[in-house]
Amino acid sequence: MADPTRRTYFVHSGMIILIMALTLLAGAKPVYVIRNARVHTLSPAGTLERASVVMEGGKIVGVGSSVRVPPGARIIEGKGLEVYPGMVNAWSNVGLAEIPAVEVTNDAAEQGQYKPQLLAFSAIHPESEHIPVARVNGVTSCLSVPEGGIIAGQSVLLHLDGWTVDEMAVLKSAGMVMNFPSLERPRERYAGAGFGRTSRKTFAEIKRNYENQAKELSEWLEKARHYAKARQAQPATPVDRQLEALVPVAEGKSVVFLTADTARDIRNAVEFGKKEKLRFVIHGGREANQVADVLKKMDVAVILDSIVELPVREDDPYDARFTLPRELASAGVRFALTSPDSSEVRNLPYEAGFAQAYGLSHDQALRAVTLGPAEILGVADRLGSIEVGKSADLVVTDGDLLEIRTQVKNLFISGREVSLETKQTRLYQKYLMRP
Amino acid sequence: MVKRRYMRIKAVAGLTVLMAVCGVRADAAEPGASAVVIKDATILTVSHGTIARGSILIRDGKISEVGQAVDVPDGALVIDAAARFVMPGIIDPHSHLAQNGGVNEGSLAVTSMTSVEDFIDPTDIDIYRELAGGVTTTATLHGSANPIGGTGAVIKLRWGQDAKGLLFAGARPGLKFALGENPKHKRTQERYPGTRMGVEDVIRQAFTEARIYMQDWDEYNKRVAAGDKTVMPPRRNLTLEPLAQVLRGERLPFVHAYRADEMLMMMRVADEFGFKVNSFEHALEAYKIANELAAHGAVASTFSDWWAYKVEAYDAIPYNAALLTRKGVMVSINSDSAEEARHLNQEAAKCMKYGGLTEEEALRLVTLNPARQLKIDDRVGSIDPGKDADLVIYNHHPLSVYAVPQKVLIDGQVYFDIQKDLVIRKRMAEERKTLEEKDRQTRDKERQPRKPGDRDTVKDKNATEVPPQGKEGE
Repeated sequence: MADPTRRTYFVHSGMIILIMALTLLAGAKPVYVIRNARVHTLSPAGTLERASVVMEGGKIVGVGSSVRVPPGARIIEGKGLEVYPGMVNAWSNVGLAEIPAVEVTNDAAEQGQYKPQLLAFSAIHPESEHIPVARVNGVTSCLSVPEGGIIAGQSVLLHLDGWTVDEMAVLKSAGMVMNFPSLERPRERYAGAGFGRTSRKTFAEIKRNYENQAKELSEWLEKARHYAKARQAQPATPVDRQLEALVPVAEGKSVVFLTADTARDIRNAVEFGKKEKLRFVIHGGREANQVADVLKKMDVAVILDSIVELPVREDDPYDARFTLPRELASAGVRFALTSPDSSEVRNLPYEAGFAQAYGLSHDQALRAVTLGPAEILGVADRLGSIEVGKSADLVVTDGDLLEIRTQVKNLFISGREVSLETKQTRLYQKYLMRP
Repeated sequence: MVKRRYMRIKAVAGLTVLMAVCGVRADAAEPGASAVVIKDATILTVSHGTIARGSILIRDGKISEVGQAVDVPDGALVIDAAARFVMPGIIDPHSHLAQNGGVNEGSLAVTSMTSVEDFIDPTDIDIYRELAGGVTTTATLHGSANPIGGTGAVIKLRWGQDAKGLLFAGARPGLKFALGENPKHKRTQERYPGTRMGVEDVIRQAFTEARIYMQDWDEYNKRVAAGDKTVMPPRRNLTLEPLAQVLRGERLPFVHAYRADEMLMMMRVADEFGFKVNSFEHALEAYKIANELAAHGAVASTFSDWWAYKVEAYDAIPYNAALLTRKGVMVSINSDSAEEARHLNQEAAKCMKYGGLTEEEALRLVTLNPARQLKIDDRVGSIDPGKDADLVIYNHHPLSVYAVPQKVLIDGQVYFDIQKDLVIRKRMAEERKTLEEKDRQTRDKERQPRKPGDRDTVKDKNATEVPPQGKEGE
């Protein structure tokens, strides 16, 4: 006798198997070959004409004009097209903040001054509408950073694709974010537009404040070193999660980003980093050109804030921000360009474009948004160039990656072809059809 | 990390402000030859296509001839522009330029009695910076803190001239309105309105009063014209006057708006009161109501790709300008910020990428269309004989990310020259160094313990020692 329950069971299990198979298929990374394209490898191989790139298992497995095409590979005809490594945006709050004006949508800024134990990783919203938009012009990875306080927490390096943050994370902890104490007068929001005031603190007060904070920061690092020793000598030493998080920084094992913008702030931050024997990178760097000799001598890299900005001082040259990359490059300072505003990450290629317009060479400009940031973030073995063994993060375009009118044809992240559809293309299609 | 879009950042560097201003101003436009010829350039006329290797003759500040070959009068200043691109000066239809200390009078919901013209700051360094970005004309408007702001001003970026010298003579006056989150935002004080309902109410009430005011004056003028010598004039009201001018069609309403529904609301109010909304400013959701905007005849003045910085900007799409253009709406790109204004040509290029506008359509977004929006297209906005010689010479095609303005002309005079800028900045750096050195010497001197008998102790005979000052000053 047929048991209806049993039959349902069979039907169900059949469906489950089918779904599992489909899921596996969807999850499996197909083999792709882009052929006959101009490939900008950003590696010593340079730019290859009529070359192919083979992707398999999420990695680049072949680059060149005579590569083996695996059977069953999906072929992308690249004639007349350009292939670049996916761009790396080395500073942003992608996934942490949706609408800056609405506080409840902002998870980037936690309360408190010293928060080394916080992980941006934990607050990333994989379904944020910013993520698909961020990648439309070829950005494939993004550093997302916590903000606020003196030690803001740990950044995360994300691939801009994935069902969960675990799938997205290239580095779960990609570096500690420290807002290095400043000797500058803090500028309040809205100052100058009739809302709010600039700080009226005297320089003596600011200096005192700076000295106190720098001392506190040193003490935190010192405590972390003592803590590490104590834990090693005496495993029963109670866990302190804040110090625990700070240990790799204090021991110079993991990178720390020291935010500093003006020449004297940068100089102070570099001095601090050297004194504390940190592995550090300067973030901000608005006046890094004025201390380029120090940065070069100490081999300190800089993650620049957006350069498509107004000069700060009234007597600065009108193009002071645009020429910064050129000046750093000619001084031999390592740097990365960024488009830090979450909603503007897609404009990263134009940061490089502007830098080139104001004197940076095309190769250096490209590098500053690909291999440059990958090196500074310590992931040049995985990202930033088109080389065998690296993550298959590729952009296929119909022209110069840095030009505004260029269209992205295909985008690959970890060997998956990623949709270029966004909230914005959906709204566009919808209202284009409105009678 | 969030760009502060709603404000202008100004660093005041004390002494150096004056220095900067004087330094550049002394080298501002030289009253040049009455005839100028720009030779052998790729000319993007914006009105009638591109001339591959053409020249422009300028006489007395106006474009006189445009073509493959033009007359070169004796004594004309000839600018060799081979391998260069010339386009009309960029017109920014919405900025807050040259408004040091102004922008918002947000204490009342209706401040139509205020005027930008009253506080134009011709020393605002952003004028020079925008000029260097190819902007030649800008409409500098009040902010969006209240439903009805004040009257704006259209200026040319004639860096070095005084406030009056910047004004675009004969430009039609405007009045700023604002809808949505900004006017209902409770910033520093509680004031009505606090919702979109209230915003409409405030505007409707103001126009109701303005209509009565206008009718009172019409009646008075009619009776005076009829020879009535006993009639008393109505009391003048400076708040209602600009609104009455809007009702009469003499003043252009510029309406800050983001959401589609609030733009529809404003058009309903305008229809009821019998005026036309000249333009919706920012208009991020204009693409949702292209039909209604086209029917009303309102211009949509938007950003290329800003979005998500507030809720009402969450549905913004970079295809806005292209979609609206295709559906017959006049579109311009505005800056709203001195930073954005410096690359409006590149913002226009984004509208080719997103939505596929042609080169000429894209260039019009920042030239001819804003000129039409501001009703100054008989004077500026394209390269045509008879128009003002407001021109930008670029080293690359202006829709390229690599384009940098080399020279900017207003009324046929060179107001920005990249070569001259290099000379000026060198001189300013030297001047700065000298001033800083002088300042340091003065401070060092002050730090010296004074001995009785020092000359400057005469003023204060009791002083024997002055305690040293802080090591660094700011």
